[in-house]
Amino acid sequence: MAETVTGTAITGTTPGLGGGHPEVLRLEGVSKRFKGRDVLRGVDFSLKGCQTVSVFGGSGTGKSTLLRLIAGLIKPDQGRIVLFGQDEVPLSEQEMLPLRRRMGVVFQGAALFDSLTVGENIAFPLRVHTQTGPAAVRERVAEVLARVGLPGIEERYPAELSGGMKKRVGIARALVLWPEFLLFDEPTAGLDPSNARLIGELIAELHRDLCETSVVVTHDVECAFAISDFIAFLDEGRMVEVSPPDAFRRSPRPEVQQFLAGTRR
Amino acid sequence: MRAFFRSIGEVALLAAQAIWEGLIPPYGSNLVVAQIQSMGVSSLLLTVVAGLFAGMVVALQGAHELERFGATLYIGPTVARSIVREAAPVMTALLVGGRVGAGITAELGAMTVTEQVDALRAIGVSAVKFLVVPRLLAGLLVFPLLTIVANVVGVLGGLVIAVFQLHIDSRLFWNTVLDLTTFRDYLSGVGKSVAFGFLVTLAGCYKGLTFTGGSTELGHATTATVVAIGSAVLIADFLLTQLFFVV
Repeated sequence: MAETVTGTAITGTTPGLGGGHPEVLRLEGVSKRFKGRDVLRGVDFSLKGCQTVSVFGGSGTGKSTLLRLIAGLIKPDQGRIVLFGQDEVPLSEQEMLPLRRRMGVVFQGAALFDSLTVGENIAFPLRVHTQTGPAAVRERVAEVLARVGLPGIEERYPAELSGGMKKRVGIARALVLWPEFLLFDEPTAGLDPSNARLIGELIAELHRDLCETSVVVTHDVECAFAISDFIAFLDEGRMVEVSPPDAFRRSPRPEVQQFLAGTRR
Repeated sequence: MRAFFRSIGEVALLAAQAIWEGLIPPYGSNLVVAQIQSMGVSSLLLTVVAGLFAGMVVALQGAHELERFGATLYIGPTVARSIVREAAPVMTALLVGGRVGAGITAELGAMTVTEQVDALRAIGVSAVKFLVVPRLLAGLLVFPLLTIVANVVGVLGGLVIAVFQLHIDSRLFWNTVLDLTTFRDYLSGVGKSVAFGFLVTLAGCYKGLTFTGGSTELGHATTATVVAIGSAVLIADFLLTQLFFVV
């Protein structure tokens, strides 16, 4: 396992997590304010390929904001976000397209399009970005649905699915364009333990089989320890700890231990 | 006041972006057709009922006024000009516009809070291109068509009152309508309805895409959309009426 990195706001000299693979993501001094409140303060972080990092932190510590910044859905007030070697901060929506094609985002509530069937939802990125024919689209949709353990539900609408099924369809949609980088926002939130475990296993499988690079924002300690190569901890807008799961458990930082014990507000 | 002017600026920017992105292929004609169906077909009955009764009311009120000057025979053109120039486009914009605009705000607002709009962007699809442009194009087509329906039904409503209550011969009614209304009267009303269709759908889209909050706030947002549409339509009507009487 690679290096342990701790400390208040990891500096630019931080070696990227996941040695041996090229760097996928680097954040340099990223800050974001909302309504006069600092949500993220000078976050530095880097991640190499084929690694899964889970981001912990209490509510309102900036985890989802971090994910939205990496996905390019919002821009930072300060700092750089380098994805696949390209700073995405100055890029327009149009210029972001090539980067977006290489990543998949799984939203907290799955964010499936209500008016489309499951099959149409999953096929949507393929139809938008590729010239794939209808038969090949159907084949790919069936393939990713089988991958997430939901074969044959193409004709159903999102309203007909349970929470866990929606999440898995959301993952299938994120996978359909063969992304190199996946972002998960609270993938197990709101699910019963059985479904949460299923999603966790699915993320671990993707990592193992496809060597996906993933950032997982989660509150689910058990899931994160099971699937992650590294755990990052955000506290009051700063990334105060990034380390492999075992080292994270033994972290001397009181805020980390309080979080793991469930006593940190 | 500052927030109001900022909103106006944002609406203008959204309109400019929608026009620009609407000109760039692909054009998503199936999305436009779906919106035409959603806006137009479901608003047809409302338009017919409102148009019919508006025509009858204008005929009753007009007859009362014309009678004082012994000009009841001119009830046909009085009804026709009132309906096609003013009543049909404005009534359609207010009634159907309120319904359509509130529906768009509710739909896009729900999509915004459930992160469907973010999902579109994450997939690399412009929310303006995919959600706003088809609705604007449908609005530009549906509102004039519904106004034409309201024109026809409204004049027929006037005919019913003229024949059965004022005992005017139906041929005389039609002859005076055809003699004393001009193509410009019809063009003026239909021209207004194009502008109203644009305003209604733009206001609905803007409120939906900028929505934040939960179900209570969504209710407030749809109400605000109806109020904004009502105000915008009446102000635009005044300006366009000035314009069409000058031109």
